[in-house]
Amino acid sequence: MVEKKEKYQNRIELLQGTLDLLILQTLQWGPQHGYGISVAIRNRSGEILQVDTGSLYPALHRLEKQKWIKAEWKVSENKQRAKYYQLTAAGKKHLSRERSKWSRLSDAIAGVLNPEQM
Amino acid sequence: MWWRKAREADLDQEVRAHLDMATQERVERGAAQKEAERAARREFGNMGLIKESTRDVWGGGSLDRLMQDLRFGVRMIAKSPGFAAVAILTLALGIGANTALFSVVNGVLLNPLPYPEPEQLVELRESKPNFATGSISYPNFMDWQKDNRTFASMAIVRGNGSFILTGLGEAEQVDGVFVSSGFFEQLGVNPVLGRAFAPGEDRIGAAPTVMITGGFWKRKFGSAQDVLGKSLTLDGRDYTIIGIIPATFDLLGSLRTREVYVPIGQWSNPLLMNRAAGLGIGGIGRLKPGVTVQQARADMERVTQNLAAAYPEADKSIGAAVIPLRKWLLGSVEPFLLVLFVAVGFVLLIACVNVANLLLARSTGRAHEFAIRSALGAGQGRIVRQLLTESVLLAAMGGGLGVLLAAAGTRAALDVLPMTLPRAADVAVDVRVLVFAGAVSLLAGICFGLVPALKTRKPDVHETLKEGGRGGSGTRHRAQAALVAAEMALALVLLIGAGLMMRTLAALWNVNPGFEANKVMTFGFSLPPSMTNASPEAIRAAFREVHDRFQAVPGVQGVAFSWGATPLQGDDEWLFWIDGQPKPASESEMNWAIDYVVDYDYLRIMGIPLKSGRFFTAQDDEHAARVAVVDEVLANQFFAGQSAMGKRLHLSGGEILEIVGVVGHVKQWGLDTDDKETLRAQLYTPFMQLPTKGIGGGAGVVVRSDQPATVFPSIRQANNQMSSEQVVFGAQTMNEVIASSIARRRFSMILLGIFAGLALLLASIGIYGVVSYLAGQRTHEIGVRMAMGAQRKDVMRLVLSQGLKMALLGVAMGLAAALALTRLMADMLYGVDASDPLTFAGLAVILTLVSIAACYIPARRAVKVDPIVALRYE
Repeated sequence: MVEKKEKYQNRIELLQGTLDLLILQTLQWGPQHGYGISVAIRNRSGEILQVDTGSLYPALHRLEKQKWIKAEWKVSENKQRAKYYQLTAAGKKHLSRERSKWSRLSDAIAGVLNPEQM
Repeated sequence: MWWRKAREADLDQEVRAHLDMATQERVERGAAQKEAERAARREFGNMGLIKESTRDVWGGGSLDRLMQDLRFGVRMIAKSPGFAAVAILTLALGIGANTALFSVVNGVLLNPLPYPEPEQLVELRESKPNFATGSISYPNFMDWQKDNRTFASMAIVRGNGSFILTGLGEAEQVDGVFVSSGFFEQLGVNPVLGRAFAPGEDRIGAAPTVMITGGFWKRKFGSAQDVLGKSLTLDGRDYTIIGIIPATFDLLGSLRTREVYVPIGQWSNPLLMNRAAGLGIGGIGRLKPGVTVQQARADMERVTQNLAAAYPEADKSIGAAVIPLRKWLLGSVEPFLLVLFVAVGFVLLIACVNVANLLLARSTGRAHEFAIRSALGAGQGRIVRQLLTESVLLAAMGGGLGVLLAAAGTRAALDVLPMTLPRAADVAVDVRVLVFAGAVSLLAGICFGLVPALKTRKPDVHETLKEGGRGGSGTRHRAQAALVAAEMALALVLLIGAGLMMRTLAALWNVNPGFEANKVMTFGFSLPPSMTNASPEAIRAAFREVHDRFQAVPGVQGVAFSWGATPLQGDDEWLFWIDGQPKPASESEMNWAIDYVVDYDYLRIMGIPLKSGRFFTAQDDEHAARVAVVDEVLANQFFAGQSAMGKRLHLSGGEILEIVGVVGHVKQWGLDTDDKETLRAQLYTPFMQLPTKGIGGGAGVVVRSDQPATVFPSIRQANNQMSSEQVVFGAQTMNEVIASSIARRRFSMILLGIFAGLALLLASIGIYGVVSYLAGQRTHEIGVRMAMGAQRKDVMRLVLSQGLKMALLGVAMGLAAALALTRLMADMLYGVDASDPLTFAGLAVILTLVSIAACYIPARRAVKVDPIVALRYE
């Protein structure tokens, strides 16, 4: 059991930068709390990407520290108090930079993987 | 840290909200409340760990955590004071011994010499056929000073001056130094009062001046400011005091304190202006900035070659030795301090191993605690960090105690064993020593903490918790066994080192010095200064009277004056050629012999064996024909295959001596080194036939007595009754002379012995502890075995063999390591090989026996296990 968990953590570790990007992208559609973000990512990826809470919360707090997102306590639709995160101006700029970087990267990787389609 | 608490609460709430929402969603999808909660929690993961890594993001946590770890560490240590006391004491011993030795290394070797630009200072010596670093003659020195191009300055220093001080309280002998002008300026020493010698003040015939040391100033003048210009009567002459040398100034490399400094030109020795004379004069030079020692050597080569061409009779094959002052003063100390430093490092390693083993044993017991902590969310790095904090904390406490031990112990050791180290006064606990102690403690803490910390790194939470805390895994036992074997090995290396030193000392004590040391004592004697200008007849009469008075002192069995060389102390040489051979053209082509100018009773007093012919009698006096006695070495070297008796020798001074006897050789140069010296021929002549020029006011005295250590006060009393200005001084038994000639080796032996004893003690405690622990872990197994019918001796064998296996592995490793390491100390050994099989085997057996003894106690305890109790323990 211990073994399995370690491997899982390793995979998330590799996706660290990507997770930041996914969080920022999710927040572009409006403020959201941690649980909401994880559900949104899971749904939008067609249930393929499972966000590990062990990475999600450290990432949220890190992004907040870098002032790309800011947090606020609000009451949810279900009358529940939750901490909502939202993008800052700097966060939006950072997101667009990261997105173009990501699309260049994925194009490049796609080119390498499928040379005949170029 | 209120903001931290607020964020903590914030995070708590955030996580709870997450769980609530996840639960609610599951309930909405139709799950039961309980089921949904559990699923949400499982999906969330280890809550403590997630919070922990989120907190990490906040930053500033490391100091916080350190404080937390420290608090926890202190609590853990306080909870098991017995364990803590043993660990801290063990470390204090190890760190203390290291700090003490480092303070010696620091003071003696690392601190720069206390002079400005010390790297420019060099020792100057004449290199001669018989002496690589011989005495410089004064005329040669003055030419060196004039002709060289690479030195900023050169000064003379002749350390073994001895003066009789009169007119200032009771007459006494004071040690002094002859120097040339510029000596103090060159070393950057400023007088605390008055001035140093001016140029020209050191010439022969200049008005007598003297500088005194701060200590002498205080002792004789009560540090009075008006001392300048007063006169000091040395050897019956009045010297004007012109300056006070700081009390802290120490003529390096000298182990005695000197009290007066006199210009070289005031030395009344008639040979001072003799270009070929060897009078024990050394020189110190300061290189010009940017000049290397090699350049200076090349320059001096040129200078001495020119002198050899100009004065072939005196200076043929005389060169100049230029040696960096640091190397000259400390070169001989370095290797033996290095060996001791390695040894003391081993002691610390053993101490660390012991504490590591203690921690290992304890961490097995704490496995349950760690499992709980990691289940509650402690990361693995966090637990390792916690353990390291604890071990560093232990090391810091041990280090603090160790520094205190070191500060007290170092001074005590140096006071007990003086005369072995130059610069011993510079040894102190300073900032560098404290930094060293701190670094060593930290390193030690990490070293011994890391093994158990890493061992506990991957706790199998599930298994450990299920086991219910009865712990112990095979790998941990292997680590403990390896550590015990390692400390056994280290201890054996130290034991062998100490054993080799002890055999060296034993061998040295068994070396026959060529005389009987047990019943002989020696001291210096000086006639009243008023006799200095008396006629040779009057001086001889005075010596005869003193001889008779000393001879009459109760307990004295024989008295002899001696002039020239003294065995194992000062040397003096005469140059000669054999009658019938042409006179050599230069002094360096003449034959050399160590000269002893002695009374007729000398041979009996010293117990030197007569080989053939006769020794001197009272009739071999100034009126009789000049005679000589030679030692076997001289006889064999110059008269091989024939009898030396009746042969005649021409001295360089013109006298002709007839050889009347041959005696045994005396180890003039030291018990160990004498055999290796090239100049070993010895020549005895009668004291009363000493050329009238050479007979002065002073001589050495050797006395035979059954109580050599206690006879001196009576002699002093007899002396003082004769004249208040006649002085006896520097009493030593011959055994003391021999002991101080091997003092440095003895110092090493004692320290190595202490270190080895400490190592043996720690290693025995180590193996005892581990075997006890392992036997305790196997109580259940032993109970089962005994219930199944195992005999006591089987159980005994079981436990003993476990310990013995570790010990033997350690002994094997130790033998291999010692074989490689004892080569380091080959130069310190005498009469025993660095890989002496007897020492190696003997100590290996002793160490094995000691470890069996240490294992016997837990084995006995194991035998007493009651099977019923052991099984019920489950």
